Amino acid sequence: MKVEEKIALDAIKNDKESHITLDQTICGKCKERMCVTVCPGHLYSLNKETGDMVVEYAGCLECGTCKIACIYKAITWEYPGGEFGVQYRYG
Amino acid sequence: MDKIDAVIVGGGLAGLSAAYKLADAGKQVILLERGDAPGSKNVTGGRIYVDPIREYLPEIINEAPFERHVVKEMITILDDDSSMQLEYGNNKWRKEPYMSYTILRARFDNWFSEKLMEKGVFVIPKKKVDDLLWEDGRIAGIKAGGEEIGAHIVIAADGALSFMAEKAGIRKPLEPQNYALAIKEIYKLDENTIEERFGLEPGEGAANLFAGSITKGMFGGGFLYTNRDTLSLGLVVGIDALIRQETPLEAYRLMEEFSARPEIKRWIRGAEQKEYSAHIISEGGIHGMPKVYTGGMLLAGDAAGFALNLGLTVRGMEFAVASGVLAAETANEALDKGDTSEAFLSIYEKKLKESFVLPDMETFRHSKEVLENKRLFTVYPKFLCELLDVLFTIGKGPKEPLYKSAMTVAKRYVLNWDGFKDIMSMRKM
Repeated sequence: MKVEEKIALDAIKNDKESHITLDQTICGKCKERMCVTVCPGHLYSLNKETGDMVVEYAGCLECGTCKIACIYKAITWEYPGGEFGVQYRYG
Repeated sequence: MDKIDAVIVGGGLAGLSAAYKLADAGKQVILLERGDAPGSKNVTGGRIYVDPIREYLPEIINEAPFERHVVKEMITILDDDSSMQLEYGNNKWRKEPYMSYTILRARFDNWFSEKLMEKGVFVIPKKKVDDLLWEDGRIAGIKAGGEEIGAHIVIAADGALSFMAEKAGIRKPLEPQNYALAIKEIYKLDENTIEERFGLEPGEGAANLFAGSITKGMFGGGFLYTNRDTLSLGLVVGIDALIRQETPLEAYRLMEEFSARPEIKRWIRGAEQKEYSAHIISEGGIHGMPKVYTGGMLLAGDAAGFALNLGLTVRGMEFAVASGVLAAETANEALDKGDTSEAFLSIYEKKLKESFVLPDMETFRHSKEVLENKRLFTVYPKFLCELLDVLFTIGKGPKEPLYKSAMTVAKRYVLNWDGFKDIMSMRKM
């Protein structure tokens, strides 16, 4: 099963606004792209046309690993508002 | 400002335990949980060792909806194309009181919160706490969604990322070397099949740890626990190790490769995947801990960095329950005395030192540096697998004496200066 299909198994209620914001001026200079390596949901990717880093916040598992892994501090990461985000049924 | 006795941020084990004890002491408590219900944002491996916490919450531990009591410990050491498995069982684990149970947090925490409501605690779900309230340089409550709730004391039990500790200015920055990422998958399998497949009697459970080439030399390992009618399969890997890979392999791919191993497929065959989750684990031990109290606030559970990885045992939930109960005792005494100053709240640390929490964290203060040794995940698994390989393999031509073959393998991997240094390092744990 692909990671996208795995995330589709989860109960997630998405807010209209993202709880993750990226500082593209920092992302633009980053070579390591730690966020891409660590994200268990495979949610980070580089938009080849614009050169921007993109995060699909809608599939976020709320582990916070990207926030810790980005040593350049380009990621502002908060919990989604109450009522939103992933709701684990097993945990 | 009108104030209630205590606000608890976070409906995990630490927060729930604290609320339970404060309610027992007759205090007014509100518990705020950002998920739809307590447990819905929580992930465990998971198993819980109940002996350390039975005396802290006897009624809860005795009635809790755990999954299975663990009677069988399995360790699987993996090289790229080979593996060895060790199984250890002991009849004493089949007798009550049981030592440890597998657990699923969505079910457990929600049940626990119902027990709190029966005691009159206000458990408010879907409420994310945004900020702290301050009064005379001391924490005096919280802000949540535009509302303010004044409280004489705040217990921050908001998990390993603790935004409350950050806002209070007592948490160290979150650094990659102090945390590991855990990815977990839930597979549905009927009870009888689980029991047959793992060789268990009804109600009994198994725990299987995996180490070796599955983490490509990185700090970490895999786990598999049998729940009542599901399996918890997961992989843990250090965040620092992940971002320092020379040729980066994404974490989700590591998980895919792990679950595709024949050593895993044999257990999950025919099972339907039901959930995919991830969480961070504090691995910093006592070095990674923040200050656990400040004027008007106490930290408990993961928020306080209470977690310990000893390789074969990984613990966090017992510390969460015990620290939650001790935070409640501290808060109760502070409320009775009308003194929630930092000076008075320092008795929390004293209580933690008199319990098992801080002594365990102290005893195993070097466990991280011992376990971070790359050779544990590369050289030793290779050594064990190759040793068995030379002993079991019969090829063309005359076979070398077994002792000679074994020594050749041992010299290649472990009977050397690095091996000696590893043994010296192990003594720190």
